[in-house]
Amino acid sequence: MRIRLNDRMVEVDAAPDTPLLWVLRDHLNLRGTKFGCGRALCGACTVHLDGAAVRSCSVPLAAVGGRAVTTVEGLSANRRHAVQRAWIELDVPQCGYCQSGQIMSAAALLAANPAPSDADIDAAMAGNICRCGTYVRIRRAIHRAAELLRGGE
Amino acid sequence: MDRIESAPVPAAAECGQPEGDDALNRRQFLGAATRLGGLVLALSLPLPRTARARSNPASAELNAWLSIAPDDSITILVDRSEMGQGVFTALPMLLAEELEVSLDRVAIVAAPVGDAYFNAANGGQMTGTSNSVQDAWVKLRTAGAQARSMLIRAAAETWGVDAAACRARDGAVIGPSGARLSYGALAERAARLPVPQQVALKAPNEFRLIGRGLPRTDTPAKVDGSAVFGIDVRLPGMLYGTYAQCPVLGGWPESVDASAAQGMAGVHSVLTLDRGVLVLAEHYWQALAARKALRVHWNPGPNAHLDNAGIRALLARAADTDPGLVARSDGDVHSALRGAARTFSATYELPLLAHATMEPMNCTADVRADRCDLYVGTQAQQLSQAAAAVPAGLPPDRVAVHTTLLGGGFGRRLDIDFIPAAVAGSKAAGRPVQVIWTREDDMTHDTYRPPALERVSAGLDADGRLVAWQLHITSPSVTARVAPPVVGVDASVVEAAIDMPYDVPNLSITYTRQEIGIDLGYLRSVSHALNCFVIESFMDELAAASGRDPLEFRMRLLDKQPRHRRVLETAATLAGWGRNAPGRHQGLALMEGYSSKIAQIAEISFDAGKLRVHRIVCVVDCGRMVNPRIVESQIESGIVFGLTAALWGEVTIEGGAVKQNNFDGYRVLRANECPQIVVHLLASEEDPGGIGEVAVPPVAPAVANAIFAATGERLRTLPLGRFKPRGA
Repeated sequence: MRIRLNDRMVEVDAAPDTPLLWVLRDHLNLRGTKFGCGRALCGACTVHLDGAAVRSCSVPLAAVGGRAVTTVEGLSANRRHAVQRAWIELDVPQCGYCQSGQIMSAAALLAANPAPSDADIDAAMAGNICRCGTYVRIRRAIHRAAELLRGGE
Repeated sequence: MDRIESAPVPAAAECGQPEGDDALNRRQFLGAATRLGGLVLALSLPLPRTARARSNPASAELNAWLSIAPDDSITILVDRSEMGQGVFTALPMLLAEELEVSLDRVAIVAAPVGDAYFNAANGGQMTGTSNSVQDAWVKLRTAGAQARSMLIRAAAETWGVDAAACRARDGAVIGPSGARLSYGALAERAARLPVPQQVALKAPNEFRLIGRGLPRTDTPAKVDGSAVFGIDVRLPGMLYGTYAQCPVLGGWPESVDASAAQGMAGVHSVLTLDRGVLVLAEHYWQALAARKALRVHWNPGPNAHLDNAGIRALLARAADTDPGLVARSDGDVHSALRGAARTFSATYELPLLAHATMEPMNCTADVRADRCDLYVGTQAQQLSQAAAAVPAGLPPDRVAVHTTLLGGGFGRRLDIDFIPAAVAGSKAAGRPVQVIWTREDDMTHDTYRPPALERVSAGLDADGRLVAWQLHITSPSVTARVAPPVVGVDASVVEAAIDMPYDVPNLSITYTRQEIGIDLGYLRSVSHALNCFVIESFMDELAAASGRDPLEFRMRLLDKQPRHRRVLETAATLAGWGRNAPGRHQGLALMEGYSSKIAQIAEISFDAGKLRVHRIVCVVDCGRMVNPRIVESQIESGIVFGLTAALWGEVTIEGGAVKQNNFDGYRVLRANECPQIVVHLLASEEDPGGIGEVAVPPVAPAVANAIFAATGERLRTLPLGRFKPRGA
């Protein structure tokens, strides 16, 4: 099976029922996408399918079809995406395990809504759990990323 | 920004096997230094480390943290596990401060197991009790200063000048004539010099790094997916494993029919171990699929009838019948209670909690004939080594522990129950094995935070002043399981109670140990969270009973505690204590823990009977701060962690099995539920206190006290989130 992954076509040799999460991690060695719950409850495995945030633990390989998969590794070269820059500027991560998922959710939010309100952020980020409690900084960093996207410094 | 090196783990993992006996020792004790082609200052081989460490800890181990390569690359080994609390930044800052290098020039790697890395306060190479900075505060600055002194002397000898005329600056030594030699050029010569026994440490006004909110060294790798956690380790030929354990805690597999599983795609083997069944496959998803096809007859063991009501009854019976061991006794509490104008008593109960780290438990092992390499996110390197040695059939010193980043620790990774199956699997399969617990495995086989039943009595004199305080704690002892024997009182059970800051002339803290039959563990802030909830809630009860404002009531008892007064007063000012908006209600809590002082004020409302926490104001005096930015984030972190436990935290057991098995049943705070958090850090010149846990405990009593202010109802049981005010 072939999928479109981070702007290239890749061949995958996995059973069609294999969740995209494990295809990425075990078959394609893209380990930035994390396993947290296996049931789309925590958001650690968030990736983009055609730009929309999805929980890769609950998307079987067979359901990917021709849609473009973007993982945290494909978000930018050299951490240049505005969300990554804001995350670095505010030192958002603590343990860091959930952060790939947080970043992918935030990036999808900003792509759809370049100037989100706190309520928009809450709604978009409620599916991403962080046990270290980085929520306060995540909210601030999303506003900062929005500013960076608008060309502010 | 490329400062962090998550090597040695990924490097070692991807380079295949280290070689032979010498390689093990070198890898064990020199870490990345050997690969950098440099040297480890003052750490000579062979290593009489144990003797040196024990006879003279101030000199022998000093530069086990530092290597400098000829190309000027500087590597600092960090001997505490990075689990979000910032040790990969704060500890290198201490050494770099005295070494006179900037942090962005330093590569940071996790230290191997070694005596130099022993944490005396924790009794081992362990990350816990919020004491990483306290343990390193003098040790790592001294190590940096010794290295600097040796580099200066090496330069002085090279130039034939007086060392006193040379100075170190920004990774180089500068001579009297302005000549400059970089550390890389000097390191080899410096390493042959004796380690100076007396070095002067900088005065605080000379600090260039300490006290600054420098960026974390681990952030860049944590925003692009390149950070390597235990679950991310990959070894050539590695199998993936899933480990089925008896749903009833303490049970074991009686018989296993693996015939259907064995033939499934990718399945390598099925192993029945003492406590569970391990399925190994080429890919994790294949292992999970095969696990579903197992037919296991479990022997439930002794806990088949255990449930929460039974646990509660056990604790209550013990509390009723056992007077308890005395943990602290001041004055004569019994006479004082008899003579008090008014007395009050209450019983508080606290639930079992799960750690629920975001990264489920996992371990990767590679067992060979004469060695075992263990790749694991652990808070306890030596315990991990010992846990692997047994199933590997090797002495502990043949087990190399490679500590990865931890996807959350919170005390869960002080335990080692997730290690043996990976080792047994690798030994049996003859290949590296990574065992990953599912979220369900992780949540139903945690080492839970112990429950407690606490009875508290107090007496007020005619003036409304607190004259007697008696607290009887009944709870299991984690320490008795993980570090037996415990003689007398388990100090970790009575913390925050025996060092209660209030001035009470007659005070008694007693402890009755009552086990409940299941394995329990330390959870972030340990018993501070239990005891602070009881103390700060009951203080509020007493304030209300004596008709005093909760802040004023406490302040009267803090005459001898200027630092506590200051955090409380500052919090009251910042939160606008007593000036809450209509419909908003405030509650406060104060605590001392880990040598830090903390006050929190929660502001809540009830909207159509639904509790909402709007804001938590927190003031901390944690002594001198190495990195205030990390301190602030740790306080935010502790508040969110504490609020999760306060509102929703409760593990329920039915028939010996844990009911909650994922984040739907075990609710944790989400972004949309996170209140505004205001953190104010007080400047202080005291020695550093701990900051990783101290913000957790005050949240629950502050919120419970706010609920009392709002409704007049006193909640003596956690969690609080299910509370509905009368008439709502």
